[in-house]
Amino acid sequence: MLSKSQARTFFLGGTFITFAIFLGLTWNSLVNEVPEQTNVHNLTEAVVRGKTLWEENNCMGCHTIFGEGAYYAPELTKVYERRGEAYIKATLMTDIPWAPRGRKMVAYGFSEDKANDLVEFFKWVNEVDLIGFPPKPKKVQ
Amino acid sequence: MKYKSQKVAYWFFAAALLLLFIQLFYGFIMGFAHMGYDGWHNVFPFNTARAVHTNLLVMWLLIGFMGAAYYIIPEESQQELVSVKLAYIQLITFLAVGVAAVIGYHFNYWEGRKFLEIPRPLDWLVVVNVLTFLGIILTTLYKGKKRTTTSLVLVMGLVFAALLYLPGMIWFDNQTLDSFFRWWVVHLWVEGVWELIMGGILAFLLIKLTGVDREVIEKWLYVIVGLTFLSGILGTGHHYYYIGVGKIWHIVGGIFSMLEPLAFLAMALFAVGMYRKGEKKHPNKMALYWTLGTAIMSFIGAGLLGMAHTLPQTNLYTHGTLVTAMHGHLAFWGAYAMIVFSFITFALPNITGRKLYDTVNGQLAFWLSNIGMVGMTMAFGVAGVAQVYLERILGLEFGAVQKEIEIHFFVLVLLATMFSVGIIMFIIEFLKYGKPNDEAIGMEEIQLKA
Ligand code: HEM
Ligand code: HEM
Ligand SMILES: [Fe+2]
Repeated sequence: MLSKSQARTFFLGGTFITFAIFLGLTWNSLVNEVPEQTNVHNLTEAVVRGKTLWEENNCMGCHTIFGEGAYYAPELTKVYERRGEAYIKATLMTDIPWAPRGRKMVAYGFSEDKANDLVEFFKWVNEVDLIGFPPKPKKVQ
Repeated sequence: MKYKSQKVAYWFFAAALLLLFIQLFYGFIMGFAHMGYDGWHNVFPFNTARAVHTNLLVMWLLIGFMGAAYYIIPEESQQELVSVKLAYIQLITFLAVGVAAVIGYHFNYWEGRKFLEIPRPLDWLVVVNVLTFLGIILTTLYKGKKRTTTSLVLVMGLVFAALLYLPGMIWFDNQTLDSFFRWWVVHLWVEGVWELIMGGILAFLLIKLTGVDREVIEKWLYVIVGLTFLSGILGTGHHYYYIGVGKIWHIVGGIFSMLEPLAFLAMALFAVGMYRKGEKKHPNKMALYWTLGTAIMSFIGAGLLGMAHTLPQTNLYTHGTLVTAMHGHLAFWGAYAMIVFSFITFALPNITGRKLYDTVNGQLAFWLSNIGMVGMTMAFGVAGVAQVYLERILGLEFGAVQKEIEIHFFVLVLLATMFSVGIIMFIIEFLKYGKPNDEAIGMEEIQLKA
């Protein structure tokens, strides 16, 4: 039967080995994958300002991006492609809550500059290579 | 209870239950909003309600863990806490920071990163607070006569949990990196170090409740936490499928996260096994219910429902839908809320000296909350599966799909009401015990001998 010290060795050994592999894979992702898949050369100041606005207003508290966030409002990873710039700016700049189907979004009333920054952010997000997400629906007729 | 200073745990438990109660209020706001009733939008927009709901959850669980540690560590190491006063200050300041953060969420003051919404300046206060907590625990352990495996695993979990808070405080310009390191906190907490905390508390409870030999229990504790890290660390990969990193994570994350349920299965088998094996039955029957309950429900909520969407092929469709909310509720409830409830139920009679071991109210609290939560999980699940099918497979527009699934939130709110009645009964029981009492010192031991 397994003894207590063998059990401890299993715990410490397993932890150490898997953690080492995890760090290696993390390193690999940061160095070899992220720069290419996320087009870091396109990460302009406007994009970063847009990301800051995204965080300061907790947009993730209703929406998802890269599939992360809340489930109250639409996925925004591909919103730039789906809706286009004018539509996005309208939702961000209006003074009365945007509510296409009765479900309200906060009326931020952003300035044109801020709205542009967020559009830049969405444009960058749109181009990140998510290897297949969001999935393409099967068209049924 | 053997040591005077263990009484401080009582106030941690009281604070935890208070925050839980408020958490539920915000849950209802979101439930109604999903049903189409967002009349409170101007006061509590959805993102405010959500940030408060999830942050209060994490806060009360941490407060519960701290309370449990303040009770367990003196008893295991045979040493009074080094400073009770500091422990009280630590509780009050923790609450103050938490309440400040939550109030800020009502005024658009936050850092919109799911689960880590606490703004940076307040993060630092959390760090100082947690260091104080760890200081008290570690010096007590150091001065104590004994360092048992149970206490070491518990403390290891607490220390790692504190360390892992830090990657969540780094600023990244790149959303992909932001997400990557957010998971070092969120995933490595709930599917890693928090399981050590849970395992430590569970082992302590089983030693007390079943009377099985400590050596046997602690051996299995090592096996469980071994399985946890073996699967859970590389299992982080199941969050890296679709965030802008490479395909290697599909393989690594898929395989290792499929193994994660083993740790929860081991925990369930362990608890039931020790219960069967134990000869000396502790009179605190409700504590036994909750303890076996948490072991089983965590396996269902975290293990089975986690496994259901953890392969990249499935996750492609379920990622970021209400299916995730289904799993999130039963996992947090079964594993972490219930282990805190188990501990409260076990510790309260020992702290207050009143032996409400098996009451109708206590039974009702257990069954209503558990049946209510399982029902809520099913409501989320049905809504989620319908969402996946209509939106991700048939390609209907988000808003149209949400209209279709509103009815499931009506069911959700009904069951949430049942759940909440259970929680309220638990709180009433808690209040019935009255305040901590020095006369309770040594009582449990006398009783067990009788
Ligand atoms: C007690 C342990 C657990 C808790 C408290 C828990 C809780 C959660 C929560 C709250 C989320 C949403 C996180 C976010 O989007 O920020 C989540 C996501 C997820 N969990 Fe767990 N979980 C646990 C264990 C597990 C296990 C053991 C598995 C796998 C076997 C698993 C698989 C997943 C997956 C695949 C996701 C991502 C869902 C998505 O793509 O949207 N979880 N979990
Ligand atoms: C009155 C009872 C409750 C109700 C009505 C409720 C309702 C909700 C709703 C509607 C959401 C938001 C989903 C979305 O983003 O659209 C949510 C999120 C969440 N709730 Fe609750 N909840 C309740 C109790 C609880 C309890 C007791 C726990 C933990 C034990 C919990 C843990 C969570 C978690 C972890 C999330 C985030 C889930 C995710 O991101 O996937 N809730 N809740
Ligand atoms: Fe995870």
